[in-house]
Amino acid sequence: MNDSAAQPAEAQDAQAAAPTVGKQNRIGEVILRAENITLRFGGVKALSDISFDIRRGEVRSIIGPNGAGKSSMLNVINGFYQPQEGGIWFMGKTYSPMRPHHAASNGIARTFQNIALFKGMSTLDNIMTGRILKQKASLIEQAFYFGRGRSEEIEHREYVERVIDFLEIQAVRKTPVGRLPYGLQKRVELGRALAAEPTLLLLDEPMAGMNLEEKEDMSRFIIDVNEHFGTTIALIEHDMGVVMDLSDRVVVLDYGSKLADGTPDEVRNNQAVIDAYLGVAHD
Amino acid sequence: MSASTLYGAAEMPRAAHLPDIDQHDTFPKLLRYNAQKWGDRPAMREKDLGIWQSWSWSEVKAEIDRYAAGMSALGLARGDRVAIIGDNRPRLYWTMCMAQTLGAVPVPVYQDSVAAEIHFPLEHAEVRFAVVEDQEQVDKLLSIKDRLPMLQTIVYDDERGVRDYSHDFLHAYEEVVARGAEKLKAEPGFIDAEIDKSKGSDASIIPYTSGTTGNPKGVVLSFDNVMKAAYAGASFEGLRETDECLAYLPMAWIGDHIFSYAQSYVCGFCVACPESSDTVLTDLRELGPSYFFAPPRMFENLLTTVMIKMEDASALKRKIFHYFIGHAKRVGIDILNGRPVPFADKLKYGLGELLIYGPLKNVLGLTRVRIGYTAGEAIGPDIFDFYRSIGINLKQLYGSTEAAVFVTIQPDGEVYDDTVGTPAPGVEIKIAEDGEVLFRSPGVFMEYFKNPEATEKTKTEDGFVLTGDAGFVDDAGHLHIIDRAKDVGKLNHGGLFAPKYIENKLKFFPNIKEAVAFGHERDYCAAFINIDLEAVGNWAERNNLSYASYQDLSSRKEVYDIVQAHVAQVNRDLSKEEMVAGSQIKRFILLPKMLDADDGELTRTSKVRRSFIAEKYKPLIDALYDPSAKTASISSEITFEDGRKGVLEADCAIYDVETFESAGHSGERAAAAE
Repeated sequence: MNDSAAQPAEAQDAQAAAPTVGKQNRIGEVILRAENITLRFGGVKALSDISFDIRRGEVRSIIGPNGAGKSSMLNVINGFYQPQEGGIWFMGKTYSPMRPHHAASNGIARTFQNIALFKGMSTLDNIMTGRILKQKASLIEQAFYFGRGRSEEIEHREYVERVIDFLEIQAVRKTPVGRLPYGLQKRVELGRALAAEPTLLLLDEPMAGMNLEEKEDMSRFIIDVNEHFGTTIALIEHDMGVVMDLSDRVVVLDYGSKLADGTPDEVRNNQAVIDAYLGVAHD
Repeated sequence: MSASTLYGAAEMPRAAHLPDIDQHDTFPKLLRYNAQKWGDRPAMREKDLGIWQSWSWSEVKAEIDRYAAGMSALGLARGDRVAIIGDNRPRLYWTMCMAQTLGAVPVPVYQDSVAAEIHFPLEHAEVRFAVVEDQEQVDKLLSIKDRLPMLQTIVYDDERGVRDYSHDFLHAYEEVVARGAEKLKAEPGFIDAEIDKSKGSDASIIPYTSGTTGNPKGVVLSFDNVMKAAYAGASFEGLRETDECLAYLPMAWIGDHIFSYAQSYVCGFCVACPESSDTVLTDLRELGPSYFFAPPRMFENLLTTVMIKMEDASALKRKIFHYFIGHAKRVGIDILNGRPVPFADKLKYGLGELLIYGPLKNVLGLTRVRIGYTAGEAIGPDIFDFYRSIGINLKQLYGSTEAAVFVTIQPDGEVYDDTVGTPAPGVEIKIAEDGEVLFRSPGVFMEYFKNPEATEKTKTEDGFVLTGDAGFVDDAGHLHIIDRAKDVGKLNHGGLFAPKYIENKLKFFPNIKEAVAFGHERDYCAAFINIDLEAVGNWAERNNLSYASYQDLSSRKEVYDIVQAHVAQVNRDLSKEEMVAGSQIKRFILLPKMLDADDGELTRTSKVRRSFIAEKYKPLIDALYDPSAKTASISSEITFEDGRKGVLEADCAIYDVETFESAGHSGERAAAAE
């Protein structure tokens, strides 16, 4: 048992370790394009005519002052909000609008600004729920734990254990998440999103309300997810230091429209961005 | 009792079930023997991805052979030294045997040391190769690599986060082993030839002592030292291949090296590594080791956790618990020591075993423990008695790195809380004129690495080692340790001042985490106290006392009141003991921060560094001895876990405590006689 479990993983690791790839080489083709998105709530325009793209393997940040429309943008990408105009092109197909089930089944996972975990369930069970879409066994097989129900459970559990190991939360594996401190709950939520093996991971303020040490840990995990699993990450974050350090490209929103788009350095030196952040009067 | 009396015998024991260590005189040779004798028995376990994985002796042998061949291909050669830095991982234990196979000497380093602390042993030991656990350790080494010109190769176990490092001196463990497998195909006889080149008198390991003063010293131990000490200990306790232990203490500590490495190789028993350092308690419970060792701190923490949980239990459960624990306190120790106990009490103890002791031991993971050791520091008698009373064969051990651990062990049936036992097999002890304990044994170290002056100071011409501890041997042949020889002081009125003795009494209270007593050449005793955040925090929560931080909680009057009551209780106890009645604590301060190894206040093995604290907190000490001062302020530099520094400023209140008349008035008699 132990050998069969350990062997493929080691072989895989050794393979992956062999070439030392620079970060730049890992960024690939465009996998998602937001096309002229306009979102209105009644008379309020939350987003107006926003377009940008996300490339495979990059860390893409969406920043902007409060109320700029960052979370709305994320919600449009994973189909939680349906925009009045425009659509999402994802991996070769345009969805207008994207629906949550499209997003989930196509490999877009997310975490929430306010933690949305099952408080009474253990860390392990919460992360297992991230694997639900991958389960093909019938209800009967799952209920009586035989056939595919059994083999799938073992396979999923192994994957979830890898996630637990990766996020270093072994010590709270069996603890109900409601009892965990805030920082750890955020980590469990990240774990659940990772368990879905997403192509694109949307993180809505993963570091909100954390202290410096927790932020550093979380940053480390985000970098590691990006490097280790090659997951593309779209990130909303307020902490500018974090954004500028982690991101490959940044898109800046203000009052629902796009102010700037580019590398952290370009964005940092963009006059419109500086004005928005330092508070120049709007027309 | 004359000063030159020798206690113990130099004769080495023999045990029929253990291998002949004169023939198999190095660990690689023992591994070869074990792989044949115990081929399929487990040698090592590790919990990985939530499941215990195990490796048999023959698998371990094959792995270490490949590993050694691979490292040899990277240039590791006879006479090199290999640094090992990381938590207890099977691969790091294998690194020790791998290095010894090639005739290189492992130098284990404390894994939680900051980069600056790692620098000294690595530079001093002229380390060319380092094997480390993960990215954290790799980063530390990279940050000081400029100042370590000798260091040429780093091998890492866990590749996470290290993958993008493009340095050509970095190698993954798997890569090295794969390379070794290639080499072995070409030269199948390579390993046996290398193993046979080493002999028992060669250096086997250089642990660096944490050192309460000055730079650490590298203690060179030969194979003979380590193996004979391990053998003697194993035969004394009847350890064999069926035993099992959990390796969770720092690999750089000699105790772990003896228990989790040397004795495992000598006896052929299995060593398990926990999943991570946070899961030790869970892993302990799942594993149920039969051989267990822990510093007193660990036993204190376990007991504190139990007591806190009991506070939260229902009234009925609490009643049953306290009833049976009370009964155990009365008769449990006698039952364990095999002394006669009335039948009715035995029956009641049996019922307690069923209801309380058994389940409690199970929760703690100590059900199967045959031999439990506590060492490193004196353990509070109440804590010690608690574990023994519920039927755990916990024993005190007195040892040092220079002895390859064993100096004295408490024999079964002769365990008393105020002694550290009789000389271990093969160990001779004598007491110097000034009370310092000296020992001589096969385990006595070769020398301090590149430090002949220190060697000369510590080792006498006839092979005895000065321990630096003050103690005496009683009529039954048991050694008593009072304190570090240099720490034992005198109060101005002439009374004896043994700080550790007082501190241990304080630390028995679950609410007190750490204490530092002062009194040498002073009029009275005073103390710094650290509250236990977990225990006091829990109490505060139950009493609706809100607090923001450790500092805040420490400054609360309610908390002061609790601690004051504890200190008064200690004074009452002290007043009953003639020797120490004069050192009752008159005043104390609750420190606004936890004493921390990162700030240099504790050693890495969590021992208090007195002189450092005395200097750093001088304003507080002055205030303790200034009767008019009711508060004291301090500003102190603190180091955060990520290495940044900050300054802590605080005002602390000083509290007076009631003292008690000495029971026999002997303290005053002594004072009058002066």
